Amino acid sequence: MDEPGRDPAADLMVDGNAVAGTLMGVFGEEVTTMPGQCAHCGTVNMIGGMHAYIRGPGIVLRCPVCHGVVIRAVERGDATYVDAQGMRYLRFRQSTVIGR
Amino acid sequence: MPRPIEWQLGTVTGIQTETPTVRSFTLGLPEWSGHRAGQHVDIRLTAEDGYSVERSYSIASEPELAGQLEITVERIPNGEVSPFLHDVVVEGDRLEVRGPIGGYFVWETGLGGPLFLVAGGSGVVPLMAMLRHRARAGSTIPTRLLFSSRGPDEIIYRDELDRLAGHGDGLEVAYTLTRQQPPGWTGYSRRIDDRMLDEVLEPLGSGARTYICGPTALVETAANALLRLGLPADRIRTERFGPTGT
Repeated sequence: MDEPGRDPAADLMVDGNAVAGTLMGVFGEEVTTMPGQCAHCGTVNMIGGMHAYIRGPGIVLRCPVCHGVVIRAVERGDATYVDAQGMRYLRFRQSTVIGR
Repeated sequence: MPRPIEWQLGTVTGIQTETPTVRSFTLGLPEWSGHRAGQHVDIRLTAEDGYSVERSYSIASEPELAGQLEITVERIPNGEVSPFLHDVVVEGDRLEVRGPIGGYFVWETGLGGPLFLVAGGSGVVPLMAMLRHRARAGSTIPTRLLFSSRGPDEIIYRDELDRLAGHGDGLEVAYTLTRQQPPGWTGYSRRIDDRMLDEVLEPLGSGARTYICGPTALVETAANALLRLGLPADRIRTERFGPTGT
């Protein structure tokens, strides 16, 4: 915070854990331990370990390795718009999908 | 039983002052599904005109407490939710609660140890849930907490932490006070740095399961230092609060 040259925006970053409630509303399941592959660099990380920016009008999840945008989500009216272009895949456990 | 995604009403059954700016709220939740240490809840406030605002708060209490949970909230002067909780809410009031949320920043005795916890300010809250769970389970897993606060009056849960550390069951607590130290202070007196982390971590070894929670800058500093000290990245879990004091 007091370090010279530090990007002030860096302090706004939180973890994917912080958007767990919003994403649970989208996916209907707890997602922070769900692995996903970054479409930019190919790294696989759990959602909870990704970097989240939540101070804007929506939420942005970035890859913790290459900092590429993996998911953007914006709530508008009674809908949530999700752009997941930066996420090559998300791995849902079958038990969390089947039988719901 | 409501699913974690559904809002339920909790009744405030207790309010405790922890420090001049931090209070704990006990919520009675008859239909609470139970949680794991480290998880959080969302609290939603709705005004008469329908405007609503949500905030996430870490659960401070151990999972062993049935039908209730405790959150510990720092009052943020320009906040939308924490001043309401501090200044307006009284026992008997009801709040909308959703959770438990998150599975990433979670520790339970079954995961084993050694356990290394690093906290800045109210970042101690989810770690306290882990320590209370550890104590309630009778665990002797070697555990160390490094806890950074600004001054002696701002150490959240200090009495309870000292009591837990006095049990001789393998828990040790190291404090650092970054701005103001009382006379005769024997703890650390600076921001968390590589040498401090190395000293506190050393007895646990570099295989310790590590949880770091606090303001983003503190978490970054600690996580990067621990990687330099040789802790594997997959042993480190972080929860960043964002900028200090917001």
